[in-house]
Amino acid sequence: MHTTTVHSNKADAPNVANQPGQANQDLLERFEAVRLCRHHFPLLRRRVNGKPLVYFDNAATSQKPQVVIDATIRYYEEENSNIHRGVHYLSERATQAYEGVRVKVQHLLNAAHQREIIFVRGTTEGINLVAYSYGRTCVGAGDEVLISAMEHHSNIVPWQILCEEKGANLRVIPINDRGEIELAEYEKLLTPRTKIVALTHVSNALGTINPVKTMVAMAHAHGIPVLLDGAQAVPHMKVDVRDLDCDFYVFSAHKAFGPTGVGVLYGVTKLLDAMPPYQSGGDMIKSVTFEKTVYNDLPYKFEAGTPNIGGGIGMGAAIDYINEIDLASLAEFEHELLDYATKRVAEIPGLRIIGTAREKAAVLSFVIDGIHPHDIGTILDDEGIAIRTGHHCAQPVMQRFGVPATARASFAFYNTKEEIDVFLAALHRVREVLG
Amino acid sequence: MSALRDLYQQVILDHNRNPKNFRVMQNATGSIEGYNPLCGDHYTIYVRMDGDVIADISFTGAGCAISKASASVMSSMLKGKTLGDAEGMFRDFRGLVTGALASEEEMERLGKLAAFAGVSEFPARVKCASLPWHTLHAALDGTSHAISTE
Repeated sequence: MHTTTVHSNKADAPNVANQPGQANQDLLERFEAVRLCRHHFPLLRRRVNGKPLVYFDNAATSQKPQVVIDATIRYYEEENSNIHRGVHYLSERATQAYEGVRVKVQHLLNAAHQREIIFVRGTTEGINLVAYSYGRTCVGAGDEVLISAMEHHSNIVPWQILCEEKGANLRVIPINDRGEIELAEYEKLLTPRTKIVALTHVSNALGTINPVKTMVAMAHAHGIPVLLDGAQAVPHMKVDVRDLDCDFYVFSAHKAFGPTGVGVLYGVTKLLDAMPPYQSGGDMIKSVTFEKTVYNDLPYKFEAGTPNIGGGIGMGAAIDYINEIDLASLAEFEHELLDYATKRVAEIPGLRIIGTAREKAAVLSFVIDGIHPHDIGTILDDEGIAIRTGHHCAQPVMQRFGVPATARASFAFYNTKEEIDVFLAALHRVREVLG
Repeated sequence: MSALRDLYQQVILDHNRNPKNFRVMQNATGSIEGYNPLCGDHYTIYVRMDGDVIADISFTGAGCAISKASASVMSSMLKGKTLGDAEGMFRDFRGLVTGALASEEEMERLGKLAAFAGVSEFPARVKCASLPWHTLHAALDGTSHAISTE
């Protein structure tokens, strides 16, 4: 892997706790190392509408480092073959590479077993798998599924369909005006009827980081399993599924510097073993006769058909990349960007931030009085700035805050304060053009 | 920059700030909601028909500058026009915002609607400009359910 080394050297650093000057120096050095990572992302060098691209749509999808692009190309140039079935050289190579990614994911999430890592198309498919397979066996008439008021549509609709089908009820944990879970209300909603809690780890629309470890423990005290939607968490923080003690965890590779069309469902063996298959076909079987099919073992029971092998290998390269860089430094740097942007946007008359949780990831959702987010998006695009505008697939969140839509700038570690300055100048221009 | 100025022409900015016929119509003969689920634009268009003539037209709702100005300009241009006139204008408008309208004669016919010519340079915004027209079309057709751009 030819990335620049960006280790934080935390372990090697002298004891700086009582030397603030040096601690500051250490932080600056680590931030400088983070800044160097920007060069690993070729797309960030391009121009849009004649201006240098400012990519602030990272919550929608991240850009890809060269190593991920190279790994994907290398797979198709040198190893392309179907997996799990060939005795020939290429098939074995491809199988080895693909299954190697499972081990990488296992270590990334600190899962206990490889078999608990199921490859899916992305977060959406992971949630659908659990809603379909676990939901249809464990949720019955009068039961309840508990989600929060800040879920993405992909963590609402599969449960809604399940509830309709089973005569069960979808219950919603309320959030406060900052966009934080109301924990006391959550506790009240955990009842003997609750069959599963499905909760986002980090909100895509508000940036809120939920206290998921506490919330898992609260659910478990009632014997209720918990699914966490980690789509917005994995790219920004170290996730340890055993420390969180969650029962299911899902994420997409493409938001974490990997390719689109591939993602992961982590599930604890005990639950996965008891669940029926989600889709059926090749690879998920042990034996087939017209009388009876014996399903394959975990994880293959849930992986019918030829998977996205190239995408999986790209995801493996993305995980290598994440491991090589220092996620803790990156998270700190992103926080610095968020703080800076939050302070600077206060200059814009009539701008209101939607989502002001105390624990927040690098998402800045906002509205400007009298100016529709769509118009903000078009004017920013003219300046080469990519942001997301709309309801962010979280219409109930928009309803909660009484806005039809928001503009959302979401940062990654490869963004810079200079880009935020360009963004600010463009927001002033929005006021000029439409104010 | 110039493409952006073409999009946000003064006519559009004025109608966005002070939309015409922006009110509920109590004695409407037809009304219908139209929305764009992708961006949350949401309007209700009201019409009062007198035989074949649009005697009155108004709208309420919220959305971006382009959709709001489009609804405002549409309402001011269609008042007193026949259904046939309205159909023709809708056809011309659609051609305009998708960049399919070319001849000078056609542009001439558009009048104030020509302010929306810049929209054709912004494919993502064509639906914004068209939403009020599609909604009106459905209202005149007697459609009873809300219509959506998607």
